[in-house]
Amino acid sequence: MFGGLFGRGRSKERVKERLKLVLSYDRANLTPGKMEELKSELLGVIGKYFPGAESEYDVSLEQQGDRMVMVANLPVGPSQEG
Amino acid sequence: MRPEPEGGIVLNAQAIVVTSGKGGVGKTTTTANVGAALAKEGEKVVVLDTDVGLRNLDVVMGLEGRVVYDLIDVFEGRCKLKQAIIRDKRVESLHLIAASQTNDKSALDETRMQETVQMLKDEGFDRIIIDSPAGIESGFQTAASAAEGALVVVNPEVSSVRDADRIIGLLEARGIEEVRLIINRLRPEMVKRGDMLEVDDVLEILGVKLIGIVPEDEKILVSTNMGSPASLDEGNKAGGEFRNIAKRVRGEDLPFNILNDDGGGLFGGLRRLFGGS
Repeated sequence: MFGGLFGRGRSKERVKERLKLVLSYDRANLTPGKMEELKSELLGVIGKYFPGAESEYDVSLEQQGDRMVMVANLPVGPSQEG
Repeated sequence: MRPEPEGGIVLNAQAIVVTSGKGGVGKTTTTANVGAALAKEGEKVVVLDTDVGLRNLDVVMGLEGRVVYDLIDVFEGRCKLKQAIIRDKRVESLHLIAASQTNDKSALDETRMQETVQMLKDEGFDRIIIDSPAGIESGFQTAASAAEGALVVVNPEVSSVRDADRIIGLLEARGIEEVRLIINRLRPEMVKRGDMLEVDDVLEILGVKLIGIVPEDEKILVSTNMGSPASLDEGNKAGGEFRNIAKRVRGEDLPFNILNDDGGGLFGGLRRLFGGS
């Protein structure tokens, strides 16, 4: 709140987020560029079989216990809404 | 893998490497102060500078005028181990072995390092504190090769935390399980306004046990200027944090105090720093 008002403060939230992200790549020994490549190839394959849901795909890296895992949420088939 | 060691934060390791990955975060100052404080606690201590080519532990400790032989002289057989051990005159049980200033890091050798540390143990030293060079290359690897425990020094800022994460991974790959974190140069007023990583943030990210929080304090630099480790001066509050680290290394269970001169009160400061409700 004060960060918005005074233009300073709370930069620690931002640095914490950035650190977590960069460390997840460091620990997985993966570069963000490689991850993007992998993601687009992966999504290309999924999209070939289930076209139309690409915009809902979500792929990320996260720490689970003592290792990094890639978590993918890939809806197959079109959305049921509307 | 990041196993959380059970039990307290005691460091049972006899040979402890002080490391950080990133340079300039306070490794040498920490080595000098924790080494001196452990000696004041009655332990027979030798601090070992392995930053070959860029030696500094001797000046930080104020012993630069007494260096005759160094670690590489020992490695290469130009002197006996005992000739390279400088005894501190302020604390009887405190000793230094300097790094060579003329060689480069290729003069370091893991086998020689391990042999030398073993000889120091056989000489009756309770603790061998090894000041590692910055970086993750051979100098660091050699320093770590003779250690059973590690003090990782980190500043609460992005590049230091990232490098510390890398170093912790490398220490664990070496089988060093007793890894303890010292958060150095914390600025309580910046934490208070949300512009600095809090202690809890750093611990959450790095997943190792905390053994000390040292606030940024001009008095540390002044002591270093004088060549007298702050922890040797009972009247020096900043040095007190290093004395606490030494006590925790020895198994004492002490609260983490933050020196806070802004009048906000110690406990308010503690709550803030730990992100308490």
